[in-house]
Amino acid sequence: MTPFPTTPAAPAKPTLATCALTGCFGCHMSLLDIDERILELVDLVDLDVSPFDDKKRFDRQVDVGLIEGGCSNEYNVRELREFRKHCRILVSVGACAINGGVPAMRNTVGLRECLEAVYLHGPSLDGGGMIPNGEDLPLLLDRVYPSHEVVKIDYFLPGCPPSGDTIWEGLRRLLTGRAPDLPYVLCKYE
Amino acid sequence: MNDIQVSLGARKIIIDPVTRVEGHGKVTIRLNEAGEVEQARFHIVEFRGFERFIQGRMYWEVPVIVQRLCGICPVSHHLCAAKAMDVVAGVDQVTPTADKMRRLMHYGQVLQSNAVNFFHLASPDLLLGFESPVAQRNIIGVIEAFPEVGKWAIFVRKFGQQVIAATGGRRIHPRLCIPGGVNQNLPIEHRDALRGEVDQIIQWCCDALELHKGFVREHQALHDTFATFPSNYMSIVAHDGGMDLYDGGLRAIDADGAPILDGVRPADYRDHLIEEVRSWSYMKFPYIRSLGREDGWYRVGPLAQLNCCAFIGTPLAEAARKDFMAAGHGGPVHATLAYHWARVIGMIHCAEIIKQLLFDDDLQGTDLVLTGQRRPEGVAIIEAPRGTLLHHYQVEENDQVTMANLIVSTTNNNEAMNRSVTKVAIDDLTGHEITEGLLNHIEVAIRAYDPCLSCATHALGDMPLIVSLEDADGSVITTRVKE
Repeated sequence: MTPFPTTPAAPAKPTLATCALTGCFGCHMSLLDIDERILELVDLVDLDVSPFDDKKRFDRQVDVGLIEGGCSNEYNVRELREFRKHCRILVSVGACAINGGVPAMRNTVGLRECLEAVYLHGPSLDGGGMIPNGEDLPLLLDRVYPSHEVVKIDYFLPGCPPSGDTIWEGLRRLLTGRAPDLPYVLCKYE
Repeated sequence: MNDIQVSLGARKIIIDPVTRVEGHGKVTIRLNEAGEVEQARFHIVEFRGFERFIQGRMYWEVPVIVQRLCGICPVSHHLCAAKAMDVVAGVDQVTPTADKMRRLMHYGQVLQSNAVNFFHLASPDLLLGFESPVAQRNIIGVIEAFPEVGKWAIFVRKFGQQVIAATGGRRIHPRLCIPGGVNQNLPIEHRDALRGEVDQIIQWCCDALELHKGFVREHQALHDTFATFPSNYMSIVAHDGGMDLYDGGLRAIDADGAPILDGVRPADYRDHLIEEVRSWSYMKFPYIRSLGREDGWYRVGPLAQLNCCAFIGTPLAEAARKDFMAAGHGGPVHATLAYHWARVIGMIHCAEIIKQLLFDDDLQGTDLVLTGQRRPEGVAIIEAPRGTLLHHYQVEENDQVTMANLIVSTTNNNEAMNRSVTKVAIDDLTGHEITEGLLNHIEVAIRAYDPCLSCATHALGDMPLIVSLEDADGSVITTRVKE
C-alpha cells in the first residue's frame, strides 16, 4: 500500500490537547467511541500534546485542553499546570478529574498504608519487599486531588466515563465557539 | 522540537512521557564516556493502591470497582474479579448462559483492545516508519495516508465496543457479572444487529493480517531481530491445550518450547509465581519460583498465547497460527515485533468466536445465577488482551474484602520490556547522535508489548516518555522530549 501525497498546509484549525493524569484512560477510550466521527474531528481540529500522538511538550497556545484523571503525584500537578498555562479553555473530563474518582478511595486509607499493603505485605512478594523510592519516581501526594483544586477549570464533563456522545457534543460546541450546555440526557449517569 | 546537542561524554537520556501507550511511564538510559549504554530502564511512575483501598468493600461490589483499574481492558478486570468471586460465592461452574455471556463480552473486549493497540497506537510506526515526522506519526497521519486502515481501525474497534455494550449495557466500565453468574442475557435485537456485521469484521481482520504480513516480508531482518531475545512464555490454555482466553490452566514453556508449568490451577499460583520489588519502579517483577530471579522471568500477551497453545479452535485463526509458527521452526517465535502479528491473529480468533456465540441459543437462556456455600478466599486467572491476569481476594464472614492481590498482564512483562528497551538502546543508540527518531525506536519496542500502565500501577501512576542525558556523576545535562 502506498501513502497518498501529503496535502499542503490548510488554514489554521482550532487546536486540541489531551492528557491522562491519575485515571484509567477510559475517558480517552470514550473519545475514540465517537467512532466514525473521528474523521469529522480530524477535519475540525489539529491535535497537539496528547497520549495519542508523540508531541510531548507544548510549543504554542492551544484552544482546548481535555483533562482526564486527578492528581496523585507531583508529575500530575506539573502536567496539569502546563495544560492550564497553554490551553485557552480547560475541561475536566470524567469522575477522576472532577472529584478524584476511584483512585481517591485511597484518601480514606492514607498513602503509607496503601504502599505498605502493596509493597510490604502482598501475599506473593519475594522476601520482605520494599517501597519503591528511586530518584526517577515522582513524589506521591498525600491525597488524590480533583483538577479544580489545583488549577482553574472552565468546564466539566461528568461520567465514568462520559459517553463518546457527551464528549463529542461538548467538544464540538467548544470548538465552534458555543457554550457546552448539554442536554440532560448527555450529562446524567445512565 | 527536541534538539539535544549530544557531545561526547557520559550522559543520561530520559524519555518522558512514553506516548502512544496506555498510562504513564518513563525511560532512562545511562551512557558512559565512550557513548556505550551502561543501563536502560523502563519506569512505571504512578501508584494507585487498589489492593488496599478495596479492603472493607463488599465482595459483590468488587467487579465494578476494580474495572476502574483500566479503561482499555475494564472487561478483563470485571471478569477476573467475578471469576474469583464465583469461588467465594461457592460456585465452581456458572450456568451455560452466564458462561457464554461472559465469554462474548470478553472476546469483544480483546478484539477492541487489540485493535486499539495495533491500529491506533502502533500502526503509525509500522506504516509510516519508526523515524517518520512526529507531526504525522499518529493515527491521524495513518487515516490521512491509508484511509482503508483508518476504516478498519474505527469499525473493528467499534464492533468490539458494541459487543461489550450489548452484554453489559455500556461500552466502557460495563456491568454484567455478579458473583455466581450474570445479570442479563443477550437481547435478540442486539444479537441480530451484531450478526449482521460480524462477517465484515472477520474479513477486515483478515485484511489487516495480510497488510501486516506484507510489512513483515518487506522488513524481515528488522522484524526478526528488533528488540528480540529468547525467553520463557506463559498463558492459560484450555484443558486440551487449545487457545482459551477466558478460562483454563496456567502453562509456561521455556525458550525451546519445553514445558515449565502446565495445568496449574489459579488457587495454586503462589506455589509457582513470586514477585520482586525494585526501588526504581512501582511495577513489580514476577518470576517463576522454581527458576529463580535470574532465569524465571517470562513473557505474556498475544505472542505467549500463540507460543503456549497447541492449536486454535477456529479455522481462520488456526490457519494463521500455523503460518505464524512456521517462523519459529518448530520452537516458539521470539521476535518482539511478532507481538503485533500475534495480536492480529488474536483479533481474527476473537471475531470468529463472537460469530459462533452469536448463533448459540444459550445466550437467550434465563438461568443466570447460581449460589453455593460461601468460602473465605478466591483466585482467578484470565487471558486479558495484554496477557495473563490474576486476581486473588480474601473475604471475611460479613462479606467484606480483607485482602486483595492483583498480578496484572503488563506486570508480567516488566522484565521483558526492560530487556527490550536495553537491547534497542545498545543496538540502535550506541555510537549515533541521539535523534527524536532514534528515541522512538525505544518506544516502538515498548509498544510491541502494548503495556497498560494504568493496570500496572494499581499500586499509583501515569505514563509519558522523556529521554534525558546525565553526565558520569548522574547530573542531568539535558532532557529531550519527543514532540
